[in-house]
Order: sequence, then structure tokens, then C-alpha cells
Amino acid sequence: MNAVPAVIRLSGVHKTYAQDGVNVHALRGIDLDIGAGEFVAIMGASGSGKSTLMHILGCLDAPERGDYWLNGTAVTRLDGDALAAIRNREIGFVFQSFNLLARTTALDNVEMPLVYAGIDKQERRARARAELERMGLGERLLHHPSQLSGGQQQRVALARALVTRPALLLADEPTGNLDSATSGEILQLLKTLNQRGLTVVLITHEQDIAAHAGRRLRMSDGRLEA
Amino acid sequence: MIWTTTLQLAVRALWRNKVRALLTALGVIIGVASVITMLAVGAGAQERIARQLENLGSNNLTLRSGTVTRGGVRTGAGSNTALTAADAAAIGGLPGVVAVSPTVRTGVQARYRGSNWGTIIEGVTPDYLQVRNWTLEAGAFFTARQVGAAVDICVLGHTVERELFGLVDPVGEIIVLKGLACRVVGVLAEKGASNWGNDQDDVILAPLTTVQRKFMGITHVDRIEVQAEDKTAAATAYKEIQRLLRQRHRLVEGQGNDFRIYNRAELASSAEESASVFAWLLGSIASVSLLVGGIGIMNIMLVSVTERTREIGIRMALGARRRDILWQFLLEALVLSGIGGLVGVVLGVAAALTLGHVSEFEIRIAPWSVVLAFSFAAVIGIFFGLHPARKASDLQPIEALRYE
Repeated sequence: MNAVPAVIRLSGVHKTYAQDGVNVHALRGIDLDIGAGEFVAIMGASGSGKSTLMHILGCLDAPERGDYWLNGTAVTRLDGDALAAIRNREIGFVFQSFNLLARTTALDNVEMPLVYAGIDKQERRARARAELERMGLGERLLHHPSQLSGGQQQRVALARALVTRPALLLADEPTGNLDSATSGEILQLLKTLNQRGLTVVLITHEQDIAAHAGRRLRMSDGRLEA
Repeated sequence: MIWTTTLQLAVRALWRNKVRALLTALGVIIGVASVITMLAVGAGAQERIARQLENLGSNNLTLRSGTVTRGGVRTGAGSNTALTAADAAAIGGLPGVVAVSPTVRTGVQARYRGSNWGTIIEGVTPDYLQVRNWTLEAGAFFTARQVGAAVDICVLGHTVERELFGLVDPVGEIIVLKGLACRVVGVLAEKGASNWGNDQDDVILAPLTTVQRKFMGITHVDRIEVQAEDKTAAATAYKEIQRLLRQRHRLVEGQGNDFRIYNRAELASSAEESASVFAWLLGSIASVSLLVGGIGIMNIMLVSVTERTREIGIRMALGARRRDILWQFLLEALVLSGIGGLVGVVLGVAAALTLGHVSEFEIRIAPWSVVLAFSFAAVIGIFFGLHPARKASDLQPIEALRYE
């Protein structure tokens, strides 16, 4: 084990799911340690199992076999409510398609995880506003996603991911829907956040995006390549 | 998750689809309003019937003479001469009997100065007013002594008074009935039409003996009206009278009654029963529309869950627990049915009041019916909201997130 405590530790993780009646063996024994403050890129072609891995890392799905510790907690033994709490407090998500709630202001979008954390209205407002201002969106608090550019939307999503102060940021193809200039901005933002101590796991199929990460892992056929 | 926030979320989600929410709520609004209106109509009808029965004298028994068989032909009820004033007096001695009124009646032409009027003359005793639940408007009624002496006096019904006297005060005047001069001693209060549409005020009352001897030349009576203390006493008296009269008329075992006896209390309770059946029928027909409104809620909530599958996925990824999602959708259904219920109560009360104004219907809005209709709407919200909310909360986070 590294000197730095592991944020993520996977051991012997398997996952099979049924798709159109065919069993797909998406993960075939994954062992992975990610330490606090690392910036890791997981690469792979589509169908390599990287999305399934991301779902398991994000506690959105449970492994079939194997164990997963997140910040020392054995996640595999938790029930639905406890997993929801972990997703809420320990993990921030950024998606390729932003996944902001439509017809809902940037501020309300960022407040949403705090609602489920049971934080009162005033503090929610203040924290969401501060987080959006840090992303340079102080002027866009009451805009709806449809009134924002792709880069702005992804920054709202980032603010939403970080507002609960998670230890881990999971970014699934965060630049997939952005032009190259905006992609650069978002990657720069991720790097800055990482330098401030945030553990970042980036999933991508693009080599040059992965190049920004401190450590690169390649997946194929449900296994991590050395 | 904090309640007020969930409620806010529900209201906001509904507000986003205002027209849809309004149309959905309309089902509940119409349902609640019609339940309240129909129950008000039903309760009004019940009250009206209760009042009419009271007017009729609901603790009354009626005795009529029975049939006679002459050469194999059975004549109708009331055609024999078995009942007498003495029978009536004997019945008056039974326990639980408050008043007994033997009567005879026949047609008569009444004359007063220039005017004349064809009407009915009824021979009665002092108990008559009590038994018929009637009062005098002017003058006095006959005493038992006057009845015994067959005095030539009479009391006029309202219609007769109007037809014969117009604006003249009739009390103390003499009218001529079938050649017999009768002094008018009183006038009855107006009673209106009977349930069968007869003008009950078109009548002249005279002492029983006077009518029996001087108008009809008979000694029996047509009918005896008996008033009992209450419904139970009426039921007991019903049996007792039969026993008493069979004994008095010397009827042997196996021989049929020579009189007919009718229990109005029974009639009353069956009328009341049918009125309440009517009220419940109206109420339950209306509640069917409320049920349909509930199905509307379920329908639109199911659509909403499908439409917002991705939103549910996002919320779950960001830390919403199953029960948070469940409550979010359940509360939406509850807000819909609650608001629908409130508006429905207002509209229902308004509709009932309007109906009472413009139609013949008697309306009575019972507070419990309002509470009932509103709670029914709330229960329907929960019942029909639960399935879509369950469906939403049972979604798997990744499935919901991947949903296009």
C-alpha cells in the first residue's frame, strides 16, 4: 500500500449484466488502488468496461464479486440508503451530457445535493452561490441550462459535484460534448482542483485528454492493462 | 430531506405543467363538487320526507272496516259496518294510545247567503286535531259534550271558508248544509295539499254524531285514526287493537278480521329508509366520478415518472434516497388531489346553494359531507399516487441515468 491512504481500493471486482438477453461480462477481476490527491485517467474503447467501472466506483451499481473500499468503508456491504449517502457526501459526478435538470436555475441545480444532505435553505443558497462564483458563473446564477453554453453547463455541473465537498470527483467523458477550446478550459479546471487536493478519476477514450492526468490506466475486455 | 423543500419541489413540478395539472385536478374538482352537491340533495330530500311524515302523523295507526262477502262477491275495504264509536272508545283505553279519532265522511253542498260550494263533510271527535296534527286559525273546536249531543255546529277548512265567505269573518255565522242550519264555530289553519295531491283544506268538520245521524243515517264509522306515543307503542298497539276488536266483534278462531288496520309508523320507516337509500345512491354515483378523477391522477403521474426518469436518475446519483423520490412523487399527487379537493369543496357548496335557489330541490349541506368528500379526495390522492411514486423510487440509478 502507498504512503498516502487509498481513497479507492478495488479487489477482484467482477460484473456481468444482461443486455438484450445476452450476458455481458463487463468486468473480469479488477484490482485498483487510487490514493488521495491522485489524478487518474481510465481509458478504453467503448465496450471495454470503463463505464461499468465508473458506475461501480460511483456506487451507482454494485459489483457481483469482489470488494470495494471507499475511504476505508466497505461499500459492497451497504444498503441503498447508505449508498445514497455515500454518493451524496463522498463522490462528485460530472457527466458527458452534463445531466443538469432542465428548466431549473443554475443555483437550484447546484443546491440539489445539499437538499438531500439535509442542509437548511439559507446555508444551501450561500454554498451553492459561492461554488458557482468560484466557477466564474456569478453572473449566471438564475439562468436555466438552455440559456447557458456547453462549457458553462459543464461548469455548473462541476459546481454541483463539488458543493458537498467530496473527496472524489468522477468525471465520465466530461469533454465529450465540448469543442476543443472549452475542453481545454474544463481540463484546466480539473487540474487546478486536483492541485488543491481533490482526487480525480477521469474516464475518457481520447489519448490527448488522458495526457492531462498524473496516472493513466487502460482498460480492454473488462481488464485493466498494466 | 426537508418537508418544506419536498413540497416546494412538488408545487414547482406541477407549476411547470400548469395546464396538465389543472386538467388533472379538474377530475378531482368535479368529483368532490358532485359528491357534495349530491349528498346535499339527498340530505335535503331526507329532511323533506321526514317533515312530511311528521305532518302525516308518523306514529299513527289507521283502522278501516273490512270487506263483506255477499253472494261470493267481496266488496272493497270499508264496505261493511263493523267499526263503531264504541270501538274507538275502547281503543282509547289501551296503553300507549294517546288519541283516538273515529270519523265518517260524505259529500255535501254548503250554502251561505248567495254563494254555495260542494265539499266534504267529515264527522269527527275532539281528538281529531291532535291526531291529524292540525291547528285552528280562528274560533274553537267541538267539545266531547257537543259531540255527545249532536249539536249543529261546524268548523271550516281554509278552502271552504274562502269559497263561501271571502273576506267575511265566518265564526258565528250560520251556513246551510243539506237543509240543516249549522253555526260555524271555528276555522282550520291552512294545511295545503296532501301527498296524493288532494286539497286537505276543502273540508267541513262537524261533530261525529251530527254527521252520522243527520247527514248519513248510520251508526258505524268509516275509519278510526289512532295516535300512539311513539313508533314502538304503535307496533304494540297494532297487535293489541286487533286482539281487542276481535274480542269485541266476537270473531271466532279461523274467522277473518272484519276490519283493516294500517301502521303508518311502518310506512314512515320504510319511506325514511328509501330516502336514505336514495341519498346514498346519489352520493355513490358522484363518488364514481371522484374515482375517475383519481385514475386521472394516476395516469398523469405515470406519464410524469416516465418523462422524468432521467431526472430521477440524476437525483439518485446526487444522493436522493428511495424514500426521497417516493415522497417527491407522492406529494405531487397529494398536492393535486388536495388542491382539487379544496376547489371542489368551494364549487360543490356553491353548486348546491345555487341548485337550492333555482330549483325545487331542497338542499342541506351537512358539514360531515364536506369533510367526507375532501378526505375521500385526499385518500384517492394517496391511493392513486402511490403506484407511480413506487415506480419512480424503484428505478435503478444507472438505468434511470441511461434513460433517453
